[in-house]
Amino acid sequence: MAQATTSTAAVHGDEGGMDYLTRLPRRLVTIYLPLAVFLFVLLFPFYWMTITAIKPNHELTDYQHFSPFWVVHPTLEHIKYLLFDTDYPAWLWNTMVVTVGATVISVVVSVLAAYSIERLRFTGARTVGLVIFLAYLVPPSILFIPLALMVFKLGLYDSEWALILTYPTFLIPFCTWLLMGYFRTIPFELEECALMDGASRWQILVKVILPLSVPGLISAGIFAFTLSWNEFIYALTFIQSSENKTVPVGVLTELVRSDVYEWGSLMAGALFGSLPVVILYSFFVDYYVSSMTGAVKE
Amino acid sequence: MSQSAVLRRAPKRSGFSKLLENRNVLGLLFLFPAAAFLLVFLTYPLGLGVWLGFTDAQIGRSGTFIGLENYRYLISDSVFRLVVFNTILYTVVASVIKFALGLWLALILNEKLPFKAFFRAIILLPWVVPTVLSAIAFWWIYDAQFSIISYSLIHLGLIDHPINFLGDPTLARASVIAANIWRGIPFVAITLLAGLQTISPSLYEAATLDGAGSWQRFRHVTLPMLTPIIAVVMTFSVIFTFTDFQLIYVLTRGGPVNATHLLATLSFQRAIPGGHLGEGAAIAISMIPFLLAAIMFSYFGMQRRRWQQGGRD
Repeated sequence: MAQATTSTAAVHGDEGGMDYLTRLPRRLVTIYLPLAVFLFVLLFPFYWMTITAIKPNHELTDYQHFSPFWVVHPTLEHIKYLLFDTDYPAWLWNTMVVTVGATVISVVVSVLAAYSIERLRFTGARTVGLVIFLAYLVPPSILFIPLALMVFKLGLYDSEWALILTYPTFLIPFCTWLLMGYFRTIPFELEECALMDGASRWQILVKVILPLSVPGLISAGIFAFTLSWNEFIYALTFIQSSENKTVPVGVLTELVRSDVYEWGSLMAGALFGSLPVVILYSFFVDYYVSSMTGAVKE
Repeated sequence: MSQSAVLRRAPKRSGFSKLLENRNVLGLLFLFPAAAFLLVFLTYPLGLGVWLGFTDAQIGRSGTFIGLENYRYLISDSVFRLVVFNTILYTVVASVIKFALGLWLALILNEKLPFKAFFRAIILLPWVVPTVLSAIAFWWIYDAQFSIISYSLIHLGLIDHPINFLGDPTLARASVIAANIWRGIPFVAITLLAGLQTISPSLYEAATLDGAGSWQRFRHVTLPMLTPIIAVVMTFSVIFTFTDFQLIYVLTRGGPVNATHLLATLSFQRAIPGGHLGEGAAIAISMIPFLLAAIMFSYFGMQRRRWQQGGRD
């Protein structure tokens, strides 16, 4: 990660490069126009989600008298329905509990594992590091059937613990891998100084390494949070009763009744379910990006 | 063993602290929680899944060993063969387009732009938002009657009746692939952008002085420098796409006439609502050879990158 930072700095050092050679009209066609198209396509579904969520039902299906792209009489009726007539608040709460629980467990466990692999360098540490990376590549689609069986046998079926305990399977490998990369950038000398002063390994981890790796911890935490907020297949398989569902599962299975699709409240549900991650993401964009690209680059 | 023997012989306190100074003991102690989690909830289920694939287990009834029966049945099952074809088609088409468009977007973002950080932040939104929730938005966009795409095209006079996006097999395939591409482009673009930013501008200047045009600069400077990271990014992308479940489950549930069923959705359908755990597990396990191939690809990509950078092992 330090390497990446220095090389970016180097790029910024002789900023511009040969940019002055291309003139504005050419840039307009080769850069700004495609960028505008990309932005439009990537963001339109969000606009469409928002506009549908505040559109009254009679406007929603009447394309003759109302332009579908705009809303004439915005309404909060769908949102009200969502908050007061469905289990939506419970789903939000469940998702929050499961996400926070799984994230905290994963980050704590991963810090210990990453420190152990990267700094204690026990026999076979390199192999363990590689195995952890491979574990990240095992997709939930392969594991959900045997896990469902286990969850049922352990008596966790239809409870939050089923999710809190299974989400770390895809969070720990990722967080460990990320933190390993981060710990690698902390100079050994700092640890050696602390060792000379008589600190134990535990003290070194808590008082030297952790304060220095706060950005890495935030990156891992943010990524773990969004990954578990977005998880679907485990939540769909392990949870049955409506009040225990998470937002993605609840919106899909409870708001869609028979053939009548309540598009307004579906979109409101999708919008509000996305907001927590989007808000968190907007505060920590750089951490998120660095964890995403860091995991690929290491 | 020998360590605990040391512990017994030596005076208790110093022996214990000596034990804690041993990096192997301490290393394993620190590694234990992660290892326990992964062994219990990842390695064991993986093994259990392989075992289930060889049994006729149903929901509520543990199965007996039936050897390769499930696999033999699946190979003769025309639905399964169609689904393997669908999955490969879905993965190949979506990955190729994601790569092309993602690389293009990364190249655009690598130019000098005002508000670059802002653009980068909002471009990642489709990747950050829960797939299921954005897929629900796409469901509405693809609605047979009220699709906004149909409306716009009719308005522009290009077509005269709404497109049945998810009702027609070919269109349904194209539609789910389009939604997958929409979600995947940001990941490919932003990670490749990070790779592009590490390429020094002086390389391009040198190439230009040697008379290279913009295509030649791309072909002979950008691509070779980017190859290792492309290998890793695309491996991730291929794995995510190949094992995709959410998008299909929301948009089509595998229909119409199984045209969009993928291995993951078929496995879910047979195992959970269908109750045939053994058969579902066998379908899930049959994804592993493909994933292994992708992982090998990624591994060698990284070796090459290390070697290029002259790093250790």
